[in-house]
Amino acid sequence: MQSDIKRLSLILLFAPFALWIALLIILPHMGMVVLSLREKVAPRVYEFGFGNYIDFINEPIYWNTLLRTGSMSILVTFLALLIGFPIAYYIAKIAGKRSRGALFLLCLIPLWVSDLIRAFGWILLLRETGVISSFLTDIGLIKQPIEFLYNDITVIIGLVYTVILFMIVPLVSTLDGMDNAMIEAGYNLGGNGFTVLRRIIVPYAMPGIVSGCIVVFMMTAGSYLTPILLGGKNSSWFTEQIYDQFITRFNWESGAAFGFLLLAFTSVVVWIGLRLTGQTLANTVAKS
Amino acid sequence: MASSTKNRAFLLGYRAYIAAFFIFLAAPLVAAGSFAFNDSLFPALPWQGFTLDWFFNDSEPKLGMFHDRRLLRGLYYSGVIGVMVALLSVFVGTTNAFLFVRGNFPAKNFFYILMILPLVIPGVILGISILVMASNIANGVEDRFNLELEFLRPGILLVVFGQFSFVTTITSLVITARLKKFDTSLEEAALNLGASRAQVLRTVTLPFLRPAMIAAGIVAFLVSFENFNTTLFLVGSESPLTITMYDRMAKVGSTPVLNAVSFFLIVGSGLLALISVVIQRDPKS
Repeated sequence: MQSDIKRLSLILLFAPFALWIALLIILPHMGMVVLSLREKVAPRVYEFGFGNYIDFINEPIYWNTLLRTGSMSILVTFLALLIGFPIAYYIAKIAGKRSRGALFLLCLIPLWVSDLIRAFGWILLLRETGVISSFLTDIGLIKQPIEFLYNDITVIIGLVYTVILFMIVPLVSTLDGMDNAMIEAGYNLGGNGFTVLRRIIVPYAMPGIVSGCIVVFMMTAGSYLTPILLGGKNSSWFTEQIYDQFITRFNWESGAAFGFLLLAFTSVVVWIGLRLTGQTLANTVAKS
Repeated sequence: MASSTKNRAFLLGYRAYIAAFFIFLAAPLVAAGSFAFNDSLFPALPWQGFTLDWFFNDSEPKLGMFHDRRLLRGLYYSGVIGVMVALLSVFVGTTNAFLFVRGNFPAKNFFYILMILPLVIPGVILGISILVMASNIANGVEDRFNLELEFLRPGILLVVFGQFSFVTTITSLVITARLKKFDTSLEEAALNLGASRAQVLRTVTLPFLRPAMIAAGIVAFLVSFENFNTTLFLVGSESPLTITMYDRMAKVGSTPVLNAVSFFLIVGSGLLALISVVIQRDPKS
């Protein structure tokens, strides 16, 4: 009787989970893979085959875009970690009690502001008639207005800006749980600042670092607005290719193949990252 | 002595870096928000004086956001979608929390990883895969039974499903973390005092979870509201606000009314985020 009730409640709890994962995650992804293996031979006539993937390999623009998206995303992730780690460390370990809470709030409050608004803000600052350009001409530093938009550096700055809070917030939570005595012990044993950082702080913060890197990498590789708006029409971001195939050319088969390639590529990068750092998905992303 | 001045210089440099970072963090948001109050037809310098026209004026060329029909409709659809996503994902997030904290079943770790997975799938891919599946079903039904299933075509329901598919991971993680902190002896005490299981759930366990559920709901609403990538593929004629804004930006170019919307959204999402932080921080709500 008792065990029947337990089993029934387990089934009832499992049902929403199973429906969610099966109907909205697993089945759609399988459907996407199946669709990507369909070739259009005539209107409304399809054949099974790898044609969409072969097209991808044969067209350098496609795989160049994927490689470019991947490498720029890795760079953005690395920069976000490099810039964000000192901020997180300051908030968690150096700031006084009162300013710690205030600084952390300053990171949490703009966390959910849309990419669109962030990119819009950058456009207003950086375009030829924008704030920075007209300020520099006003003080006489430059003679003619400068266009700061539509180049790779701006895209990278914009992407780092969009994702960096998702790096800092998990890092603060991880570093917050670290006992200060560990750092002091490191110094007392004769370590200098760099040794303590490398041998004590970074290993301790590893789950937070990996978690932040995974989320940031995925957000960057999957982002659409920031590269398009700050990089212009020629930003060559892979999500733009997917959008192009789906919406503009109405070629869903090849769009599905591109989607699967993006998913496979980013998953492989994350898997390698987890392997290299000896972490798992469950003890990193789930904790943040 | 030398080392202490060196340390002080280092700390000073460190503080300057922190300050520079927060200026970097604020600059685009300040730019996006503040041009809403510039009395000019373009969101650019020079400053022409303060105005609230971009919020409240009711005629062209300075049509304020609260008189702009399409922006208001976008705001309305975003709100409807956000509330639906928040309710659904908090419900499933709560059952998931009980499932993974209290339940014992084979391959639990595997299922737990499945639960986290949607968070690390790019939003574009969630969008296209759900679009493909819904269209497949709708086309199949149409071919076989000659029945048009309107709700499986791009529209509000698909947008809700698309956002729900990954927002649920966030709500599940937030509520799970709270449920793990629950002291089960409280439930046992209530049971010993003669309460039924349902009563215990209603009067002891759920009130304990309430702050996490509210905070998770707010975060779900915010994520839904700002989402673009997944929504883009699933949207029908009822465009939520981010899509409407993007269209306006692409077609009309930047006008200060977009700054007004930005200001509204920055302040609104900031306040909601603040509320969700405060609710979760308070140990007893």
